[in-house]
Amino acid sequence: MQKEKLETAEDIIICQNVHKWFGNFHVLQGVNITVKRGEVVVVCGPSGSGKSTFIRTINRLEEHQRGNIIVDGIELTNDLRNIHAIQREIGMVFQQFNLFPHLKVIDNITLAPIWVRRWSKEKAVQVAMELLERVGIPEQANKYPGQLSGGQQQRLAIARALAMQPKIMLFDEPTSALDPEMIKEVLDVMVELARSGITMIVITHEMGFAKEVANRIFFFADGYFVEHNTTEEFFINPREERTKSFLSQILTH
Amino acid sequence: MSGEGVSGCIPFKGVDMNQRAAMDEHRSVVPFWRNERVLKVLAQIVFVILVLAVGAWALTNYLERGLKFSYSFLDEEASFDLAEGIEFSPTDPYARAFLVGVLNTARVAAIGIVLATLVGLVTGIARLSKNWLVSKIAGVYIEIIRNIPLLVQLFLLYFAVIMKLPQIKEAFVLPGPVYISNRGIVLPWPRVAASFGLWWPFLVVALIGAVALLIIRGRSLKHTGRPSFNLLWVVTPLVAVPVLGWLLIPGNPLLLDLPEMVTKSGGVLKVEGGTALSSEFTALLLGLVVYTGAYIAEVVRAGILSVPRGQTEAARAQGFTNRQILSLIVLPQALRVIIPPLISQYLNLTKNSSLAIAIGFLDLYAVSQTMWNQSGRVVEVFFMIMASYLTMSLTISFVMNIVNRRMQIVER
Repeated sequence: MQKEKLETAEDIIICQNVHKWFGNFHVLQGVNITVKRGEVVVVCGPSGSGKSTFIRTINRLEEHQRGNIIVDGIELTNDLRNIHAIQREIGMVFQQFNLFPHLKVIDNITLAPIWVRRWSKEKAVQVAMELLERVGIPEQANKYPGQLSGGQQQRLAIARALAMQPKIMLFDEPTSALDPEMIKEVLDVMVELARSGITMIVITHEMGFAKEVANRIFFFADGYFVEHNTTEEFFINPREERTKSFLSQILTH
Repeated sequence: MSGEGVSGCIPFKGVDMNQRAAMDEHRSVVPFWRNERVLKVLAQIVFVILVLAVGAWALTNYLERGLKFSYSFLDEEASFDLAEGIEFSPTDPYARAFLVGVLNTARVAAIGIVLATLVGLVTGIARLSKNWLVSKIAGVYIEIIRNIPLLVQLFLLYFAVIMKLPQIKEAFVLPGPVYISNRGIVLPWPRVAASFGLWWPFLVVALIGAVALLIIRGRSLKHTGRPSFNLLWVVTPLVAVPVLGWLLIPGNPLLLDLPEMVTKSGGVLKVEGGTALSSEFTALLLGLVVYTGAYIAEVVRAGILSVPRGQTEAARAQGFTNRQILSLIVLPQALRVIIPPLISQYLNLTKNSSLAIAIGFLDLYAVSQTMWNQSGRVVEVFFMIMASYLTMSLTISFVMNIVNRRMQIVER
């Protein structure tokens, strides 16, 4: 009963007072965030502030040491069953793509559905081809990732994450490693994705993207969320000094 | 595709024809001791002369002693006995004795390579384990073994371990039965019986059937099944057909030859039957496996570490289990880094097997020593030794290079 209620709840990600230390270094100093189902959230903030570490705690690439993380009604604890259940709900796209270089494009996408979801190869390939169509590189299916351009690689990475049919997508600076002319093709895919109704948390400094699709923008600094606001308000009326100075730095050119 | 072309072009950029001609002229008057091309050719000529000189010197030395170079002794009766390997009697020729040695070396090297690879793979992975105890045990094993000369380890294994096993009358008997004593290990071993001739066609049919099914299933896999399902289809006929054959033909085609302790005349105890691993063979094999395994473990560790962390993270984010990450994502990429130094380790193991002479195992080198002592044909025998090791090493390199190429092509 309890679980049922939580699953249908509006909030898909709840983080309460999350702390993490790397040795003596206090990276996450009480992070609080609640993300609604279908919401697109953009996270920005200075580099080294711990925002990457934070989204990596949501799917357990990093372990948090204090506080609560609840994803789709499942609490993230040391229980392996919970961890795997949460990892199945979340897809992730990395700054450095992290594609599997020894596998063809199509096999990059089908590997997890076949081995983790236990789909038949036929079904996995069919879904993979649909995803390649969706991200616009169906003709690359039989190449190796190393033969693709950076933008194509990142689109493939998005398709790979989507193949597991996640409810949530995490993006960790998806365009930061790309040449300028390739950023747009990746952002276009992400905009389409955002409009499809999937829940997204995106770490990015692409403010154009944020203005176009984000429901809310969160500003992360010094290990916690300094402030957040709706997209319009965030740029017009930043409340904190810290936010103002950051915005003035990234919006000057 | 030449760096020469590029570096040759840049200085000429924006230079008019006259200047260019002048530069060409200037170029042609470089004195020969500074001319790169001339120096390269000169170096090769000097090298060839050196090689020829050394060869000629060796040949004159040889001829001065009035020795004649002939392999006719190979057909002569060896008149010594060899206690290890394929059947051999003192009336057999030298050629047969040499073959015994070659096969003994090949046997210890082949089994050693397989076992050392397993030990190395497991230890290399263990050393990277997040389990503190597991990784420390692997680390201590590697550091101790790598830092003690193999010869010392072989002596220790042979004299302090194997030779200190109980005598035959008090031999350890493990279920099987396996007899372990200071004379070596005796294991049960299948022996071909009279009706084997009727049975082996079943084996052939089973093998062909399995391969055919593998291909057919592999094709239909695209449309239906899971990858793990595949194996069952292949293993079933492989087991079922021989079993069926066993039931159909009269008598058993294979008999398990069980070793047995018997008392010979004069109260001498002996284990008969089964297959015996001599104490020398056991010590050498163990020594080579433990020693090379430690090096292979480091090679494996380096290979795994060469795969970027992001690979593991991407896989974990997709929900793969740790074992799947290792076998599907990390190891296939690590193999490219692992295989080239692994070839060297295989070659080292093969060549290190010549240390067998220290503990009296009759390998290629030990048998050869007896051969030249008996026949006086040192030079001839040495050529045979070198040719044999060279053949074995080149075979290993050849096979492993094919494996390597198959692994490397995949990327782009």
